[in-house]
Amino acid sequence: MGRRKRTAVNAPSPLHAHDADDALVTTRFTVPGMRCAGCIAKIERELPKLDGIAAARANFSAKRVAIRHDPALGEDRLTEALRELGYEAQPVADNPMGIEAGERKRLTRALGVAGFGMMNIMLLSVSVWAGADGATRDLFHWLSALIALPVIAYSGRPFFSSAWMALSHRRTNMDVPISIGVILATALSLYETIEGGGHAYFESAVMLLFFLLAGRALDAVMRDRTRAGIGALLGRMGKSASVIGPDGSTRRVDAKALEPGMLVLVAAGEALAADGEVEDGTSAIDNAMLTGESAPEPVGPGSVVHAGAINLSAPLRIRLTHVAEDTALAEIARLMDEAGQSRSSYVRIADRASRLYAPAVHSLAALAFAGWMLAGAGWHQSLVIAIAVLIITCPCAMGLAVPAAQVVASGALLRRGLLVKDGSALERLAECDIALFDKTGTLTLGEPRAEIGALSAEAHAVALGLAQASRHPLSRGLAAALLREGVEPARVEDVREVSGAGLTGRWNGMTVALERPEDAAQGIATRLRIGENRQTITFTDPLRADAAATIAALRQQGIAASILSGDRAAPVEAVARELGLDAQAEVSPQAKLAALETLKAQGSRPLMVGDGLNDGPALAAAHASIAPGTASDASQQAADAVFIGEKLMPVAMAVRVARRTMQIVRQNFGFSILYNVLAVPLALFGLVTPLIAAIAMSVSSLVVVANSLRLARAAG
Amino acid sequence: MTGLAFLIPIALGMGLLGLVAFLWSMKDGQYDDMDGAANRILIDDEDDGEIGT
Repeated sequence: MGRRKRTAVNAPSPLHAHDADDALVTTRFTVPGMRCAGCIAKIERELPKLDGIAAARANFSAKRVAIRHDPALGEDRLTEALRELGYEAQPVADNPMGIEAGERKRLTRALGVAGFGMMNIMLLSVSVWAGADGATRDLFHWLSALIALPVIAYSGRPFFSSAWMALSHRRTNMDVPISIGVILATALSLYETIEGGGHAYFESAVMLLFFLLAGRALDAVMRDRTRAGIGALLGRMGKSASVIGPDGSTRRVDAKALEPGMLVLVAAGEALAADGEVEDGTSAIDNAMLTGESAPEPVGPGSVVHAGAINLSAPLRIRLTHVAEDTALAEIARLMDEAGQSRSSYVRIADRASRLYAPAVHSLAALAFAGWMLAGAGWHQSLVIAIAVLIITCPCAMGLAVPAAQVVASGALLRRGLLVKDGSALERLAECDIALFDKTGTLTLGEPRAEIGALSAEAHAVALGLAQASRHPLSRGLAAALLREGVEPARVEDVREVSGAGLTGRWNGMTVALERPEDAAQGIATRLRIGENRQTITFTDPLRADAAATIAALRQQGIAASILSGDRAAPVEAVARELGLDAQAEVSPQAKLAALETLKAQGSRPLMVGDGLNDGPALAAAHASIAPGTASDASQQAADAVFIGEKLMPVAMAVRVARRTMQIVRQNFGFSILYNVLAVPLALFGLVTPLIAAIAMSVSSLVVVANSLRLARAAG
Repeated sequence: MTGLAFLIPIALGMGLLGLVAFLWSMKDGQYDDMDGAANRILIDDEDDGEIGT
């Protein structure tokens, strides 16, 4: 165990440690397969051993790897290098953390500043409360003001700007009463300080900001986390194509830069980036993303193919006809955009509450001022009392009531494999009363599963030995099924893949092969040949194991489910019968959207669960929507939540936890109202001192947070 | 009273020090990869030898 020069794996050294060589560039990849410390170590140690790679830095939370390398090394080569290490990787666009992370950082910084201010002002305030008076009290008030004013100006900005935005659009939100409360409390305290008065509320104002910022920062952290999780799943679709030049050479062209008339080469396993016509080659394509149909469609010269389809078996040369905005895919994207409009007008529960709350509190404060003026208290005392009412009712607990519960709930759901995009999604999920499921890829797994029960152990080993050598989807499905059974691969030599025909090799002196069966009637199948012995292996797209249980769980929560699929009637019928659901088959994306709109017009709040692009418009139009992690990029972006793994149960769990969350939110609101009912009379009679305000504020916040923490176990 | 002249600046200075340290650690990216930091502790420092996964 010779101690050699220590590598810096444990130190969070940023990439720019190698800035000495300015010629290097940084490329970022998303690597969803990074799951353990070993993966980090492997990537960070092995990659720099390649020529041209200076450093690799993994971000485990975001499942990303940043590689600093020689510009001569292309993205393809780097992706290949990661694949050789055993990780599927996709290059991601620049500016990895984007705007969202910027918001989180701003909130955290504001939180840090508010925390500093709160602690120091509290230090001074405690001595004032303990009985300091005269010159000492004035000095302490001045010091408090000196700390509080810049802190409030800096940390309060997120609230002030949001309140200003709302007011300038003639609306109101939770930030309006917060901003008014904070600004008036600060102004009053400043006046008291200048006049040498006894009551300065600086600590209350800063404490209020601190608690509220804590809620917002947590909210932002959770949103970033789910976005990173979803981002890691994205990017599997064709965003570029290999264009064949007149001289026969190929180059990668971005999907946006493709033009009609170009000839592109689509390798097996690749997704099409534009619509076109097959010029050369025969293959099968998987249209599941576009139509929901699970059986591959055979194509040959002259066949019309659409962007989003995946080429399954052999390379195709395709002459492009429609690109970019004209593809069938872009049409769906436009529908999604339009369908998503209605969701932006949804008013969140906190803002609905503040529509009632703010006018009530503000008129109460105005009444208190008027009442004390009539009682002859003088304008200074009346104003102090009116502002005390505003401070004591400032919606500290109310501002926390919603985010605290939602952050805890989405954290609990995240641990169970469900990424909820934001709090609004949770609110809408809780309101759903009817569920619509897509079939392929949603109720079913959406990938071919080999039926290997009938094969002998020897056949298992040979099949695995062959299937491992190929990247064809059927081979991969077969290899995955065999590996799950714990099969050891046989040593098959001389493995050759003939595109469109299959795999052949030699084992124990016999010719072995996985080939295409002669009768195509059996659906998706392959034939295993060992010497003269032939056996057919069929592939099915099985239902998710807990599909029936999930439907039952939803029904228990009062949500009726039905199937809305683009697949052919026969397979849809079969699934519908098995699950005991109503079903509509051969539904186009437009018709799915129309079905959703009809349901909404009837007053229901539909929950859409789907994965394909053909579900995209429906996902965007539904009251709430969930997509599996294997869904198309666009669908994951349109959905409110994404679940990972082979289980469907997270869908039912999401609804259950969302409802529980809203119950806790309502409890939190109830508590805030109760607290106000008790505290407001004190304020109205002029009995509130800064000490009482500070205690009341922190106790109410703590109660709300503690109540919300009960949700941590809700997903259990 | 003279004690305060020392104690208050000291208290404020320490608070500020903490704030600056926090802002620096954020700028330095210490919170960018929390899960990664938790996992990195398990990585052996030796360059050679297979890494168990």
